[in-house]
Amino acid sequence: MAEATAAPMVAGEASVAPAVTRPRLETDKLSAMYGKFTAVKNVSLAFAPNRVHALIGPSGCGKSTFLRTLNRMHEMSEGGWITGRVLLDGEDVYASRVSAMQLRKRVGMVFQRPTPFPTMTIYENVAAGLKVSGRVKQAELRQTVERALEQAGLWNEVKDRLHQSAMALSGGQQQRLCIARTIAPAPEVILLDEPTSALDPQGTQRIEELLYQLKREFTIVIVTHNMQQAARVSDTTSFFYMGTLVESGATRQIFTAPREEQTEAYITGRFG
Amino acid sequence: MNRRLFRRFKSNVMTGVLMACVLAAVLPLLFILGTLLLKGAGSLSLDFFTKMPAPAGENGGGVAHAIVGTLLMVGTACLIGIPIGIGAGVFASEYPGNRLAILSRFVADVLNGTPSIVIGVFAWTWIVARQKHFSGFAGSVALAILMVPMVMRTTEEIIKLVPHSLREAALALGYQRWRTTLQIVLLTALPGILTGALLAVARIAGETAPLLFTALGSQYMGTNLNQPMAALPLTVYTYATGPYEEWHRYAWAAALVLILMVFILNMGARFATRRMARLGG
Repeated sequence: MAEATAAPMVAGEASVAPAVTRPRLETDKLSAMYGKFTAVKNVSLAFAPNRVHALIGPSGCGKSTFLRTLNRMHEMSEGGWITGRVLLDGEDVYASRVSAMQLRKRVGMVFQRPTPFPTMTIYENVAAGLKVSGRVKQAELRQTVERALEQAGLWNEVKDRLHQSAMALSGGQQQRLCIARTIAPAPEVILLDEPTSALDPQGTQRIEELLYQLKREFTIVIVTHNMQQAARVSDTTSFFYMGTLVESGATRQIFTAPREEQTEAYITGRFG
Repeated sequence: MNRRLFRRFKSNVMTGVLMACVLAAVLPLLFILGTLLLKGAGSLSLDFFTKMPAPAGENGGGVAHAIVGTLLMVGTACLIGIPIGIGAGVFASEYPGNRLAILSRFVADVLNGTPSIVIGVFAWTWIVARQKHFSGFAGSVALAILMVPMVMRTTEEIIKLVPHSLREAALALGYQRWRTTLQIVLLTALPGILTGALLAVARIAGETAPLLFTALGSQYMGTNLNQPMAALPLTVYTYATGPYEEWHRYAWAAALVLILMVFILNMGARFATRRMARLGG
């Protein structure tokens, strides 16, 4: 089934769901540069909907830069520019008529360190992305915030202190708050950039369990330097090395029978 | 054992030296405060805050006109100086490599080191000389010019402390850049910026030189910024250099009031910052 699709890595394990023909998000010969330095070289990759896709590789391999091209955050970096295309539902997100602000409402992002807005309460944090898209009715807003917090597995912990500062939460709670904030505007894709690297094991576990729930509704792309995490949470894995995509496929295949020597060397811990 | 004793000895000597330095730094301040209290507190009374000056040679009277003048001029200076300073600071931190930002940073640093009397002469040339009369407004402008570079530089430094990740998080949520700057970055930095602004206010409240050429001073109660206006530092100056014993006592008292105002402003700044920091996290 996996071999049937044109893009290399759309299908996950057959047991998860039948292979979906059309990717949610796709890159086509994408290169990302900082000034004259090329951080990502000519990557074509497709992400099927409702799956967790892991990007792994040693530090500096370009996986984070690649992730940041998907919601056009890369262009905010000093000297950041790209060649190639990124397609969301078949539409080029770098086309001149697409605004980066509109795109980012459809492709949300969670960062390495939890980034709750310190001047806002827990409630306001989750509502932040909704308010920015225009006027929303109070009742509707409250419902959406509650649902987002429930989906992020945080509702029971914060329902009695929604109007207190978000800074009093633990690191793991803050990160789940950031996930709630990201999913509240109902994006199609969630990008996570090493979301657990600043968390303790317990916080990490909560996030990993969460990803399993969230993929029912969203398409998830996660960058991780933790190979066990990639193996645990993802349906497909792509291995980056020195700015190039070395190999991509179903997670089980990548971790048990990698086709490329470099992939095997990395996952068995011989370098990286 | 000997070595340990020697180390302890060295440690004690160094601690002693450092404590002496702290004392040398703090003692003058304590002496100033002490002298002011000794010489000025005796003349303080309710009248001093609420009455106008008595005619020379008579007892009683106060400096109400100077307190009102200082509050009015400093308030107007804030209205002019703080928005410009914050705006310039935001610009310089948002576009750090921009030529205008580099230039304004340099100019602000030069202005920060410019003697305030020069600013007074500047305001005299451009406002007093043109209008052909002294005015409280000219004084406010001179004070505002002193504030702008201070507020701008603190704003810029405080905004630099806001983590870049917050900015990215807002952008990733679909915030426009202006919204990110105003609603996330500026709001997060606000307590620090306000502290900086209040400290600048405390600094200019005691300025005398720029007011000599602009507000001039006055013996009358006045709230018209278009007229010459009294101010506490000017009152201290006039009374201290006057011929009467009575005036000298009033100069001490006025100086004490001025220092108390600055002190209250400073404490207020600290209190407000701590409160906001607690609210904001």
